[in-house]
Order: sequence, then C-alpha cells, then structure tokens
Amino acid sequence: MGIRTASILGAAAAALAAAFSATAGDPSTAAQEMIKRDFKPRGIATIDRVNQDGVQTLCNRTHDKPPKDIAERLEKDQLAGIQWPADGKLLGDWKAGERVAQSGRGFTWSDKPGVTGGSCYNCHQIGPNENSFGTVGPSLYQFGKTRGFGADMQKYVYGKIYNAKAYNLCSLMPRFGHVGALTEKEIRDLVALLMDPGSPVNK
Amino acid sequence: MTRYALTRCAVAAFATLAFVPLTLAQTKPPAAKPAAPATAPDPTAAEFDKFREVLEEDNPAELFEAKGKELWFAKRGPNSASLEKCDLGLGPGVVKGAYVRLPRYFADVGKVMDVERRILHCMVTLQGFKMEDLAKQPFSNPNRTPDPVSLVTYVAGQSRGMKIATPMSRPEERETFEIGREIFNYRAGPYDFSCATCHGEDGKRIRTQPLPNLTKPAEAIRAYQGWPGYRMTGGVMHTLQWRMNDCFRQQRFPAPDYASDTITALLAYLAVNANGQVYKGPGIKR
Repeated sequence: MGIRTASILGAAAAALAAAFSATAGDPSTAAQEMIKRDFKPRGIATIDRVNQDGVQTLCNRTHDKPPKDIAERLEKDQLAGIQWPADGKLLGDWKAGERVAQSGRGFTWSDKPGVTGGSCYNCHQIGPNENSFGTVGPSLYQFGKTRGFGADMQKYVYGKIYNAKAYNLCSLMPRFGHVGALTEKEIRDLVALLMDPGSPVNK
Repeated sequence: MTRYALTRCAVAAFATLAFVPLTLAQTKPPAAKPAAPATAPDPTAAEFDKFREVLEEDNPAELFEAKGKELWFAKRGPNSASLEKCDLGLGPGVVKGAYVRLPRYFADVGKVMDVERRILHCMVTLQGFKMEDLAKQPFSNPNRTPDPVSLVTYVAGQSRGMKIATPMSRPEERETFEIGREIFNYRAGPYDFSCATCHGEDGKRIRTQPLPNLTKPAEAIRAYQGWPGYRMTGGVMHTLQWRMNDCFRQQRFPAPDYASDTITALLAYLAVNANGQVYKGPGIKR
C-alpha cells in the first residue's frame, strides 16, 4: 500500500505550491537535499515518502499558515478527491469503530503491509472507558450528543476522517482515506463511534 | 559498581514496571466535557515525573557510564589505542564539559558533529575501527549494548550539572542549526507528520506520553535531559541517535542513516534550543 500520489491536485494548484518552493542555497533547500541523501527505504517505508505533495509543500513553506485564497483552492481539490460510499450509508458499527480507534498500527517501517489502525486515541479523547488518550487533537467525547446526529454532521465526520486537509489544509491530522490507511468500512465504523446515539461516546 | 548496587537497580526498575499500570488505573475517568486545557498540569505526567525522580537515585545508566569510562581508557581496536587523544571540541583528551558544548564544528573534518558521531570518528581515526562495522548494529537491544552507546554515556556523565552551551559562533554551526529547524518542521510521508506535529506545542500528549515542545528552551531541555537514557521499556541504554531514529519510524518516514548529517542537524537544533539550562546527566526513561 503506497501513498496515493497527489494526482487529484490540479496543475494550477501544483503551480501555486511551486511558487512557494525554495530557492537554491537557503536552509530549506539544503534540508531537503540532506534528507534525500540520508534516508534509505526500510520495510514498507519507501523512499518516495520523503517527497512532499502539493499540500505538504504549501504547508511546509508557509509554516502551516497558507494564504487563505490558495488554501481554499487546495482544500476544494482535496474535498473533490474524497470517495463517498456508493450506497450513501455513512454509519457503521461503533464496536468495530472502537477497535479501529484503539489501534496505532500502520505505515511504520516495523509494520506489516495492510495492517493499519486509526491511531485515534493517540491524539483524541473518545470513549469514556479509555483513560490513555492523547491531547494533540480535541476531545471527541460526547461528539454526536453535543453537535447533533444529523446527516450533514455524519458527512462531515466521514469526510474529515477520509481527508482532514479538505477542511483545514494544514491540519495536523493524517488523511486516512486519501492515503489508503483506512477502508470505507473502517471509516464508517469510526463515524458510528462518534455519531451513533448508542455509542458510549454519546452516553 | 557493586553487585549490591546492581540488585538495587533491578529492583527499582521492576518496581516501576509493576507500578505503572496501577497508576494508569487510578487516573480519574474523563469528565463529561472536553479534555483539560493544554496549560493545566497533567496528573499522569506528574506521576511519571515522580517515578523518574525516585529512579534517578539508582539509575542503571551509571553502569553504562562506568563501562564507557573503561572503554575510553582501554587500548582497543586494530591500532591498540585508547581514546585519550580524542578531541571532543575542548582539546585532545578533555572530556569534562565537552558534552554540553556539542554538536560543534570540527576543523579537522570541516563538519559539525554531535557527540556520538565525534566518538565514532575517534574510534575510526585513533583506534582503527571501521565505520561500516560500527554502523552495522548501532542501537542497543536487551542482549547487546554497542560500545559507542556506553562511551556517549560516559562522556555525557562528565558534563553533569553543567549549563548547556552549544556553540553558534561559526557560520557552519548556525547553518546546521537552521537546517535542523527546517528538518524539524518538514512535513511529509503518508501521515503528513513532521517533528513539530507532535513537538511544536506546549502540554500535549500521545496516549499518556507527554510531548515536550522542543521549540522552547524550558521544554527543549526535556529532550536533552535524560539522554542518553536507560529505557525501562526493554531495559536498554539508548542515546539520542536512537531516539531520533525511532521518532522517524513513528513519523512514518524511511530510515535515516546512523550518525548522518540529518541527525546532527536535528540534534544541533534541539541542543541550541536547550542552551542555558543545566544538564543533569544520563537519565532514565519510561
């Protein structure tokens, strides 16, 4: 499972990102050259991973503060690349979602190919029975209860997990669907974990 | 170190390992509101800090410090030479205070080097070891601690209680720092992670592991404090070369070369950020 290339980025967006790319002799260029020299593929971690796609380039060059108009165009591109479930069903099984949320596996050079979790608890408080949660992201406890169980909110949660950069270009959150880390079913199950009124998250 | 001290170390380490799950279980269940704001003291982190304080009195890192000292003065390698003529930046043979003044520029190689890299350089040039052999299995496992790890621990121990004063007077040192800052903030890979994704804000955690904000002096010291460190997970001694390597693994990057420019640049960035703080010597980690 490799990184899906940034093919969904239009040529215009790529050009915009390129306008922010480094000039020769500055620390940024030197850093990228150094990285290309010093990193070697290992396990499933292929060497192409050190290359930036358009979103990464823009965020790196602007220290995660891209100009608003450019950010909006790239967010639109990212949103257009989200593959929504063909049957329109976004709510899966919250119990399966809890297992996906717990697993931090996937994509490191010590991981096996195809074994990937959501790593959700690494950064978010979610269910009431898990005390070992990170705080890099906001708490998601009581998510549906406080934000509503409507169809729009379901769609937002599915989209956010599939590609967080479609909503906030330089978000710290990975693009789990976009890079193939989570399947459609796994994302649906995570949506249920946050949005099913029966999920412990909303008790 | 005496057998008695060894036993005490083992007991202390075991007690900690046994106590950790208990502490987690005693953590209060989350309240029905968003997690505490980032500025509030983290009770879990405070508990682990308490353990660390207790353990530092009987830190197994001392064993590796002693082993490193032995290695430093022993005639070894194809040249049957000691490391007593090794110049760590303060002149040949000066070990005291060298660690808190690294990474630094070395005119003899025309490069900025961190402590482990410089020790490797001395092992190659003075003792005749081959770099490719030293780089083959550079990190500790429960059965084997590479000699450079013990040597780094010895050298670091010789700066205990001293202020970190990483030099920035040479253009090469400033350039290395700036490149290190770029690498620290470089987002790439399948998860779009950089070092800063986790280490660029105050008071954050991954699961229950506190994440020092390495861009600020008072927190950057936490990356320096405790390294090289005896890691209770696995019971092994590790240096910052290992720490950087394993961070890149978790960042979902490919593997950085051991003792490479990239790692030196990152360590220069961290060390300069920690300047002015007092280094407490080799430490102990979860």
